[in-house]
Amino acid sequence: MPEPVTTAVKTIRIEVLRYRPEQEDAPVWQGYTVPFTDDMSVLQALQHIKDELDGSLSFRWSCRMAICGSCGMMIDGKPALSCQTFLRDLLPGPVRIEALANFPIERDLIVSVDGFVGKLESIKPYLIPKQPRTLAQGEYLQTPAQLEQIEQYSSCINCMLCYAACPQFGLDPGFTGPGVLALLHRYNADSRDGGRDQRMAVLNAEEGVWSCTAVGYCSEVCPKHVDPANAVNQNKVNSAKDYFLRFVSPRGGRP
Amino acid sequence: MSKPADVRRPYVRPMAGWWRRDPFFMRYMLREATAVAVAVYAVVLALGIVRLAQGEAAWNGWLDALRSPWSLLLHAVLLVAMVIHAKSWFDIMPKTMPMILIGGRRLAAQTITRTGWAASVVASIVLFALAWWWGA
Repeated sequence: MPEPVTTAVKTIRIEVLRYRPEQEDAPVWQGYTVPFTDDMSVLQALQHIKDELDGSLSFRWSCRMAICGSCGMMIDGKPALSCQTFLRDLLPGPVRIEALANFPIERDLIVSVDGFVGKLESIKPYLIPKQPRTLAQGEYLQTPAQLEQIEQYSSCINCMLCYAACPQFGLDPGFTGPGVLALLHRYNADSRDGGRDQRMAVLNAEEGVWSCTAVGYCSEVCPKHVDPANAVNQNKVNSAKDYFLRFVSPRGGRP
Repeated sequence: MSKPADVRRPYVRPMAGWWRRDPFFMRYMLREATAVAVAVYAVVLALGIVRLAQGEAAWNGWLDALRSPWSLLLHAVLLVAMVIHAKSWFDIMPKTMPMILIGGRRLAAQTITRTGWAASVVASIVLFALAWWWGA
């Protein structure tokens, strides 16, 4: 006899760390029972809570397809994008959801990003041409090998999961951190870029690459396989070269 | 009604016990702790040099001390720590290196790690064989 098609609604318990600064001094856990289907993401569960159960729940989201980088949160203790984490993989629950670790909580699942954005601006995350170039000179050409040097690091979507995975950032919020340092490397390593000198001060600082102790969890949680740990740690060599080679060459050994 | 700026009160969560939050962090702390074993063994060997410089009686005393049960236990612990140290260091090694392109293709992280492990195994065997041969 074939399995009867079940119409019973499956439910899962979702526990959310709430923080409403106007009514609480410290975050508190609040539970909800949410009906779910096999294709439902954690983000959809949160949307169900907000639409049907509790409109006061606050969280960020936008694209629902892991490219905007807005919906990062701690899901069962791991930093993850809630849009690409599925309830079926978290059975039987309860699923515990908390704002991204290591960041100050602004409200519920929303963290303060001021520090991150400030750091991002400080590294000049754009191509700074070596020489001014006119349109008539045409586009920049790059070999596949030159593209390979930057391609993986340019996949960063600024979701900050790597920061939530980095205990050094948690212990010292001044640390430039994995994501921004990976983007710094992405521009420094670009054959079309001439802005390296302007970025080395950030990289060389104690709160630049030297605050990293190669925990490596940042690369583990990155949803875009950027491998920030690799970007940061290979630049310890570049930073050391920058320091020592200035004694023998006025340009710090830079080409 | 108060202005929105008045209710902004970001909450900073404590970091105490952070390394117990995730097994990944516990493995990281274990890796870092094995560096202590490396330092301890360096001290044991350095003491041997000092005792050697002090003459034959001192040197033989150091050798006898090495054969004591407590010393053997210490060495067993240090050996395990050294193995973990070598394994975990080569695990993280690909993260510390710039991209290596061979024939236009990127050398896989796993290849770098396994080469490192192989090198440490070969070096250990050679060293052990030399010590065995000299001791005999």
